Amino acid sequence: MLLIPCPWCGPRPENEFRYGGQAHIVRPARPEAVDDDVWAAYLFLRDNPRGRHAERWRHVHGCGRFFNCVRDTVSDRIAASYKPNEAPPP
Amino acid sequence: MTQPFRTAADGRIDRGQALRFRFDGRSYEGFAGDTLASALLANGVHLVGRSFKYHRPRGIVSAGSEEPNALVTVDRGPGRVTPNLRATQVELYDGLTAFSQNRAPSLRFDLGALAGVAAPLLPAGFPYKSFMWPRSFWRRVYEPAIRRMAGLGRAPAQADADRYLHQYRHCDVMIVGGGAAGLAAALGASATGARVILCDEQPEFGGSLLAEPDVTIDGWAAPDWVREVVATLADKVTLMPRTTAFGWYPGNLIGLAERLTDHLAQPDPRTPRERLWQVRAGRVILATGAIERPLVFPGNDRPGVMLAGAARTYLNRYGVRVGSRVVIATTDDSAYRAAADMHRHGVTIAAVVDQRAAPDNPLVEAVRALGIPVHVGAAIGGTDGRRRVRAVRLANSRTVIPCDAILMSGGWTPSVHLASQSRGKLVFDVALGTWLPSDGAAGACAGTFDLAACLRDGTVAGGSAPGSFAVASLPEMTPSPPSAPLLSHPKAFVDFQNDVTIRDLAVAAQEGFVSIEHVKRYTTTGMATDQGKTSNLNAIAAIAELTGREIQDVGVTTFRPPYTPVTFGTFAGPYRGRLFAPVRLPPVALADAVVEDVGTWKRARCYPRPDETVEAAVARECLAVRNAAGMCDASTLGKIEVIGPDAAAFLNRIYTGDLAALEPGQCRYALLLGEDGFVRDDGIVARLAVDRFHVTTTTGGAAFVLHHMEDCLQTTFTTLQAWLTSVTEQWAVIAVQGPRSAAALAPFIADINLAAMPPMSVREGHIGDIPIRLFRAGFTGELGFEVNLPPDHAQQLWDTLRAIDVTPYGTDAMHILRAEKGYIVIGQETDGTVTPDDLGLGRMIATGKGDFVGKRSLSLPDLSRAGRPQLVGLLPRDPAVVLEEGAQVTETGRAPALGHVTSSYRSPALGRGFALALVADGRARIGATLRVPQGGRSQGNMRGKTIEVAVVDPVFHDRPGQRLRVRPGPRPALLPLLPAVPHSAPVARPAAAVEMVALAPMTLLAVRAGSHAATSIGLGISVLLPTVPNRSVIARERAALWLGPDEWLIQAPPGVMAPSATTPGATTPGATTLGATTLAAQARKAAEPYPASVVDVSHATRALEIVGPRAAWCLNAFCALDLDLSAFPVGRCTRTVLGKAGVVLWRVATEVFRLEVPRSWLPYVWACLEEARLEFTDDDPPEQLPG
Repeated sequence: MLLIPCPWCGPRPENEFRYGGQAHIVRPARPEAVDDDVWAAYLFLRDNPRGRHAERWRHVHGCGRFFNCVRDTVSDRIAASYKPNEAPPP
Repeated sequence: MTQPFRTAADGRIDRGQALRFRFDGRSYEGFAGDTLASALLANGVHLVGRSFKYHRPRGIVSAGSEEPNALVTVDRGPGRVTPNLRATQVELYDGLTAFSQNRAPSLRFDLGALAGVAAPLLPAGFPYKSFMWPRSFWRRVYEPAIRRMAGLGRAPAQADADRYLHQYRHCDVMIVGGGAAGLAAALGASATGARVILCDEQPEFGGSLLAEPDVTIDGWAAPDWVREVVATLADKVTLMPRTTAFGWYPGNLIGLAERLTDHLAQPDPRTPRERLWQVRAGRVILATGAIERPLVFPGNDRPGVMLAGAARTYLNRYGVRVGSRVVIATTDDSAYRAAADMHRHGVTIAAVVDQRAAPDNPLVEAVRALGIPVHVGAAIGGTDGRRRVRAVRLANSRTVIPCDAILMSGGWTPSVHLASQSRGKLVFDVALGTWLPSDGAAGACAGTFDLAACLRDGTVAGGSAPGSFAVASLPEMTPSPPSAPLLSHPKAFVDFQNDVTIRDLAVAAQEGFVSIEHVKRYTTTGMATDQGKTSNLNAIAAIAELTGREIQDVGVTTFRPPYTPVTFGTFAGPYRGRLFAPVRLPPVALADAVVEDVGTWKRARCYPRPDETVEAAVARECLAVRNAAGMCDASTLGKIEVIGPDAAAFLNRIYTGDLAALEPGQCRYALLLGEDGFVRDDGIVARLAVDRFHVTTTTGGAAFVLHHMEDCLQTTFTTLQAWLTSVTEQWAVIAVQGPRSAAALAPFIADINLAAMPPMSVREGHIGDIPIRLFRAGFTGELGFEVNLPPDHAQQLWDTLRAIDVTPYGTDAMHILRAEKGYIVIGQETDGTVTPDDLGLGRMIATGKGDFVGKRSLSLPDLSRAGRPQLVGLLPRDPAVVLEEGAQVTETGRAPALGHVTSSYRSPALGRGFALALVADGRARIGATLRVPQGGRSQGNMRGKTIEVAVVDPVFHDRPGQRLRVRPGPRPALLPLLPAVPHSAPVARPAAAVEMVALAPMTLLAVRAGSHAATSIGLGISVLLPTVPNRSVIARERAALWLGPDEWLIQAPPGVMAPSATTPGATTPGATTLGATTLAAQARKAAEPYPASVVDVSHATRALEIVGPRAAWCLNAFCALDLDLSAFPVGRCTRTVLGKAGVVLWRVATEVFRLEVPRSWLPYVWACLEEARLEFTDDDPPEQLPG
């Protein structure tokens, strides 16, 4: 079970969270203005890196907030967590 | 004479307490403090098992958890049979009954040993090569035969009769291993004030010190020093004996298996047998010691051949001589200690056979001085004896030395298993010839074998200055690196438990396996339940030799959890029987219903009368709704209040329809799409006020929809001001449906004129004093209403309506009634690949309102292509036929399939079978005939047949919808409800250690607001809303709990209410509502002009208090939070998970926790906590948990 640092509540056990997929996928502001390929990429294309991965979590059994984590997919170490409107740490 | 091999004195056993035990039916005697292995050895029993593959006689090799051979089954009675226990770890108790394994018919005469004769035919990888053909033989012949032949103990056939629990814990320092280094680390760590846990797999702390009576530390004999240190640590450190750290997982999560009762003759049935600890550690110190390596020589697996250190442990700790005339074979100095000690206890040491040419240690000379012959540069070339070793033959020599035991030592391997599991780095130590953890270890695990250094390093690892210990010890020794095995002797065993020999490794090398990971898998070396604790390094050394490499270049395999086998019971813990799956009960009793599972809920399928079949009951219920009035408990539907100035705009982004166009009082059926354009959920959106909506979801989709909406609000449509509050458990729903529904309901509702309610409308009003939200809506195609009311009154309304002949109907009838109207069910007509148009619901998409989730995808080419599945009705030619759900719909009865049947029933109204189906271009096929092959699950005489069906419009009943638009009659005279049903609260469970109390209902408000509004509300209702996460504020009798950065829970005493004539006995729920209504109005007014969401949730949860010194412990049996007072002080509050339930946890005093539990989860949470507190009570344990 991972220990996930919630930006509001601090480190909490994984079973309080729900995974939300890759972070920083931005919904096109005007979906009708983008072509099918761009839209399909927004819907379906995701990274599957070995190593550093920015991903969304929601503290669903806690403060209810969505936030982002940078997790190493090899070691499961979480380098940082930050609020959705913030940029990932370098 | 009993126990002929027991020494005259000494050892840590209690010679005054003799214990009887049975092994393979024979009765023996041992002493308290014995293990099964030491007691058997005291009785001269070495032969304890047969090997896995060749069924060779095997004896006890070790004195600890690394034991590869002595696996036994311990029988504690029905449901309490445990196979594959290491006899070296089984503590003796009076009456213990154990059996050897993998032998037939008996241990002494085993037919399976014929496999040994055939051994030349069974080399490494033989199953892969030999049992290839014919293919069909694998499952039916080869595999069962191999399973019978090769094996360990039998899996128990009966359900486990014991209890198991879990416990979550946090600490600063977790120390694994309570030997010299571990104890010193605990001293060092506890001196820093850290929270420390020290665990050891043995019943006593001390590790190897327990077998060192001649060593002194600070003037104490080592075992006495251990006793003093443990006494010092007792009140500063959590000491956990009989506890194996079996796994190190990401985030420093350490899995501990604590064995609580297996060593007791008469365990208390309230005490769990084992407890799984999940410890979150700041840092971990491995003081796991080292394991002695066997020597690899021919016949090294005979009973009587054991590790020299183990023999010394049996002698010094258990007072057992493992033989009377022993040969010691070694490459390491430590074996000379065994020689000296055994000699002193009168054992004849026939010879020491040292492979080294010139061993250089004072111990060697000391042993020579005792007159013991020492052969240097010599090795064992073979052994004699069948069920017990009889003699040793030296290699390259004609010397035969008679003996009854061989003690071997090939050096010591640090136990780095946990370090490897943690994905920590292992570094190769050239001097020791083995791998060590790069950091975080102390003592022998770190390659330190000098006692004084172990103690010193331990205190440093613990975080203190190096401790100074005055150690008087035997001469220092440096363990030897692994020696090259004698490759010329292929029948020497490397892995005892999996019967892997040098020959097998040679075959692997010959066949080109280079990677040690591949060799491991091909030969199975190190893959047995002992994880190669004794064999791995020898195998690596052999492969190095065979492939001409250095050991460090061959590398080490990755170790995986568990360190030693852990029972399934430990992992399953309390989550079995009544706690296996949470059961949520709807508000209306299910006593007279046939019940089905719908997710975690129990729901009524139907309500059969006495002697009525399910089919007849369902038909009667359907007809009652069509012709008169029926009612259904629809409370499990998800309900969300959406509040805020942008609530309508937000819902327009979420649902396909134009919900901003709704007037207050109107409601509308709505479809929710995923961003991919496919239907995910449906429900009714009701506008209660301009800025306030009541949205329903499907039963199974409630959590998903709330999550999805929060996602959209928090991360996508972030400028919209709207807040969500789940009110699923706040409102019970009784659906009253049928032509007579208005007439049945109207007499109870004074303040809503049903005749003035158009279809798809909503009104707020009262039944007596009970607040209701009344929807004119339904799922049946008839005139109908859905009464939302506080759950405490649902049964009362139900019973009242039943008394005036409104027919209860269940989910079966509900499904038929909706299918007759062609209404879809999410998950039945949809599967995540179905668009609104596929379902014939294209009209639900508001094209003029702008963007919404899923809209863009609907214009992707694939979502509007020809040949998409479309919802149609199917009528079997034969009206008696009811198609199988899921059956393929075809043109000819053969592939390709055009689609599948999504719903199929017998319609009482139509008097025939009918179905809904998704069929390619289905709407264009209306009028055509298709064929539906029936599969194996269809009704008896239908099996395998192909049914002709007519494709029809999916609406079978009242196509124009006139019955929905009926205008109810004028309001009749008012009637009261029947008296309220007193609800049964759980009975308080007092006890000294921990008490559980169900609290009386209170006023609860869910407040969601921005910071300005929150401040204003706090001032307005006289309790400030905390801004620091997870804090609470109490002012007068009110409390405000921070649940999220824009979310608070307000608690207040219930309002006061005059007893009502119309609803006697209903004061409490009504009172909370009155209190909530008043308080909510205050809060809303205070927030102005800022928007805020204030929702009454008084009925949604029930409050429990857990009180007492063991309160945190009981919660931590199911909750993974750190509840130590330092981490979770008084006043801290949070949502969290308890077992499988989401709850709000609030510490109101040092030993008092309050839980807000969603009301349908209360029985589950209560049962969890009862299970946790059982061990602290004198209660009779509840009936054995089944399964």
